[in-house]
Amino acid sequence: MLSDSDRIFTNLYGWEPFGLAAARKRGDWDGTAAIIAKGRDWIIEEMKQSGMRGRGGAGFPTGMKWSFMPKDSGKPHYLVVNADEGEPGTCKDRDMMRYDPHKLLEGCLYACFAMGSHACYIYIRGEFKEEARNLQTAIDECYDAGLLGKNAAGSGWDLDIYIHLGMGAYICGEETALIESLEGKKGQPRNKPPFPAMAGLYSCPTTVNNVETIAAVPTILRRGASWFSGIGRPKNVGTKVFCISGHVNQPCNVEEEMGIPLKELIEKHAGGVRGGWDNLLAVIPGGSSTPMIPRDVCDTVLMDFDALKDARSGLGTAAVIVMDKSTDLIKAIARLSKFYMHESCGQCTPCREGTGWMWRVMERLARGNARVDEIDMLIDVSKEIEGHTICAHGDAAAWPIQGLVRHFRPMIEQRIADYNGHRMAAE
Amino acid sequence: MPTLSINGISVEVAPGTSIIQACEQLGIEVPRFCYHERLSVPANCRMCLVEQKGAPKPVASCAMPCADKMEIFTDSELVHKARKGVMEFLLINHPLDCPICDQGGECDLQDQALGYGFDRGRYIENKRAVSEKYLGPLIKTFMTRCIQCTRCVRFADEIAGAPEIGLLGRNEMVEIGTYVESAITSELSGNLVDVCPVGALTSKPYAFAARPWELKKTDSIDVFDAVGCNIRIDARGSEVMRVLPRTNEDVNEEWIADKSRHAIDGLLRQRLDQPYVRKDGKLVPASWPEALAAIAAKLKGLDGSKIAAIAGDLADAEALIALKDLMTALGSTNLECRQDGGKFDPHARAGYLFNSTIAGIDQADAFLIVGSNPRWEAPIINARIRKRFLTLRENFQAAVIGANLDLTYPYEYLGAGPETLTKLASGRHAFAKVLQNAKAPMLILGSGAVARPDGLAIQALVAKLAAKVGLVRDGWNGFNFLHRAAGRVGALELGFVPGEGGRDLDAILDGAGKGEIEAVYLLGADEIDMSKLGKAFVIYQGHHGDRGAHRADVILPGAAYTEKNATYVNTEGRAQMARLASFPPGEAREDWKILRALAEALGKILPYDTLSQVRRRLAEAASVFRNIDSVTAAEPGPFAAASTGTVDNAPFAMPIENYYMTDPISRTSPTMAKCTEDFGIVEPRTGTHG
Repeated sequence: MLSDSDRIFTNLYGWEPFGLAAARKRGDWDGTAAIIAKGRDWIIEEMKQSGMRGRGGAGFPTGMKWSFMPKDSGKPHYLVVNADEGEPGTCKDRDMMRYDPHKLLEGCLYACFAMGSHACYIYIRGEFKEEARNLQTAIDECYDAGLLGKNAAGSGWDLDIYIHLGMGAYICGEETALIESLEGKKGQPRNKPPFPAMAGLYSCPTTVNNVETIAAVPTILRRGASWFSGIGRPKNVGTKVFCISGHVNQPCNVEEEMGIPLKELIEKHAGGVRGGWDNLLAVIPGGSSTPMIPRDVCDTVLMDFDALKDARSGLGTAAVIVMDKSTDLIKAIARLSKFYMHESCGQCTPCREGTGWMWRVMERLARGNARVDEIDMLIDVSKEIEGHTICAHGDAAAWPIQGLVRHFRPMIEQRIADYNGHRMAAE
Repeated sequence: MPTLSINGISVEVAPGTSIIQACEQLGIEVPRFCYHERLSVPANCRMCLVEQKGAPKPVASCAMPCADKMEIFTDSELVHKARKGVMEFLLINHPLDCPICDQGGECDLQDQALGYGFDRGRYIENKRAVSEKYLGPLIKTFMTRCIQCTRCVRFADEIAGAPEIGLLGRNEMVEIGTYVESAITSELSGNLVDVCPVGALTSKPYAFAARPWELKKTDSIDVFDAVGCNIRIDARGSEVMRVLPRTNEDVNEEWIADKSRHAIDGLLRQRLDQPYVRKDGKLVPASWPEALAAIAAKLKGLDGSKIAAIAGDLADAEALIALKDLMTALGSTNLECRQDGGKFDPHARAGYLFNSTIAGIDQADAFLIVGSNPRWEAPIINARIRKRFLTLRENFQAAVIGANLDLTYPYEYLGAGPETLTKLASGRHAFAKVLQNAKAPMLILGSGAVARPDGLAIQALVAKLAAKVGLVRDGWNGFNFLHRAAGRVGALELGFVPGEGGRDLDAILDGAGKGEIEAVYLLGADEIDMSKLGKAFVIYQGHHGDRGAHRADVILPGAAYTEKNATYVNTEGRAQMARLASFPPGEAREDWKILRALAEALGKILPYDTLSQVRRRLAEAASVFRNIDSVTAAEPGPFAAASTGTVDNAPFAMPIENYYMTDPISRTSPTMAKCTEDFGIVEPRTGTHG
């Protein structure tokens, strides 16, 4: 279990004020100029050594991502912070922005300096009004205190940070759709290559990072890469904020060590599953797009990227959605399917047409109004979407269904049999 | 130069080549819907997925650039599975209405469904329906058939420069639509039908008219402007059903303008299908011998100086040479082909050609347009300039002297009349420097700019400007004359202009009014002021009962461009051949044959009996006809005769009032009339008008 001294987000619950004075007491903006004086190569190397993997869901090594930025392209470079937290079940970034915005802003300064960027955009989901307000207050405080703007924090580096409010489209959390939206266009993902590091915002080199990733940077740089990489398991290091929701006694956000067993996470921090561990049916471990895992897997699985991948799911955004035996799993996944259909941008064929098809079949499966072979067809359709789309939205729509069928196929078949039995009885 | 292997075959490609282009180089077919080589690449249809060794999932071959040592497979099981999946998705919401769809038989979706579709559908839910959209009088929509490939959106944004279509909404409810319900304001809108891979956008005038396999396809040349677009004429029996563009990279790429495509329904109306002779003030039908005899009766014994001939905009070279030879035999030098009153030196070849060539626009980096609206006078050339703008973006430099219009690309407006031109020619204007410093400057002089009394002086002024800024450089001639009429350059090449002691247009009309000219031969000339012909005996040879025919004393029914084998020279000096797609109606005949017969009736035998003999005569007369399909460039010699005239500072007038109606064919076309009305170019006439 993570000791209090190893926590990065020390005001995750808002027990202290979010403002600059309180943030400074928590250690933010301490020795910023000295860290920057160590140079951009040192920062990138330190990030690489820390083993930090992006906290937005895909888990790409952050230091490596930063090193993809050209050293000097002759064009402006940009850092874009993805604060469009839209994944159902995920609610970590909003608390970081609401209660601890200075961590994010200080991280932006290090990241921008390391990537040669003088402008940083924070793209906040439109619904996050209070978060945007607090963050703007924090930015204003920084400008007043000389921590941003010209010669930010006395480091000699100029940095301006701007907030952009989205309009709440889920797809705008995809990095290239976010860039399109930021440019004022319709939020549709772009083809890759070219990757944003080559041609991102306004065709300039751009890095898009999650809020949690950037907010963790100051602490990593201050306490050293080896501190961070000493927490957790190899390749899955550091601390992570988990969002535990659903059928638990105390839903919460909690910062924990990477690789903590799921059972320990739920029992220690969320007060356990409603009605006890035996009442557990399944868990969606990493936000709505990751496949669910049934109870027997939950007993032992560790909460990190590789362990969950081995369990044929994923850590995603670490949004743990707990479902006890009162849950109608088929209906729940049908609801998720509707969400993914609704949020598809409609640009590319498999996702546009396939998500609607899957949702309609799921709705019928939820009622049992289907044939058993339609379960196989559904899986086939999900495979036709998966990996064939411009962005990962198609995969995200396919995985929950695949997870359901993988672990609970007998339940679906039973539902179909019941429906047909009732119908026959009625006739 | 990256070298990659596709299906085990090694291929070296230019940097930046996409995989789909590399496949095409090897002759490997990759199915696609959204990809179009002249448009940007959205990679949204996902039909062109191929397998790349080492990649975790199939890649979109249209968007993926080739890299060294790449290994691509286009025929693997993974690829087939992916394509079958995409095809199934495209079909689940596509109506199964091929039997009543106009695209049937030439539909990409139909063709590729044959290769990649299942034999039955697995989708048992309700299909999506999409409400129709209004895209103007030329495009019929059936949006339920749309597969959202966005080719139309990209065409409108990029090629046409009319960003009026978009992909609206999201998820499976996305729709192609105009943001507000309005027609596409572009002269290139007909191409939307061609780029649409399915039957969502089809041609409104051609709706339910024919099936592609019923049509006889003839490669030909368009005559509605002087660009010489390459077209394919699809005819069924004697009726021309539609006109489609044919690819010619040097001329029209693969686009044609709306008038070229849709004015053809004028070919069925107001046609002259038999000779007429005016008796007692009324035109009465006559036989060919009667008509020829009536002409012979008038012309025989008449002195050559009292006869004049005016050639129209659609005259073909064969007819022109025959008429010229006949007039020469009759002793007349009163020949004129500039029926718009154009005054420019017809002997300085470099002065009346589009010397940079249309393909040369792709190299040019500074443009000066003088007295022209290229968007209406030559929409394809205008689109080419826009294409150059899209390549150069902020480095694109253009300026206009004349009317301040929306040309679909940004330009600097310098002024309305010759005053500005004088400033430029003397180097007192900043834009002269721009032209001077450009690598390949282009000056485009509109035919309207010299169709005024001081035309010669204006041409001389432009020539002075050309010398001042150095439009002619190593391997580059930046002086361009933009004609509007398909027949004009051919006539100029043949010297269909006043000969020694001959009269020009004004002098002919003046002479006819005064009675000095007693007979005028109009070869399809409809744009002159007929009231000025006075009491002259007028022979009209042409295919439509337009202004010329109304004034005529004898009408000789000729053939329209789709009904004859004829040669046209475009504004670049490129001779191209139109071919007979259907026969002329009734008694009408090919034009050179009419003149050949008339000459015989007049006792002057023209030395040719067959088309090939006429063409041999053409080749003798001008070198341009020895060089079919390619440009016969002019010596970059003088652009104008030294002029003593003074320049009038009146602003340049735009010669075209209504793009959709410029000649006898388009004036009778109901489709063009509908366009005129729908685009509000001319106020619709109501009962209270005159």
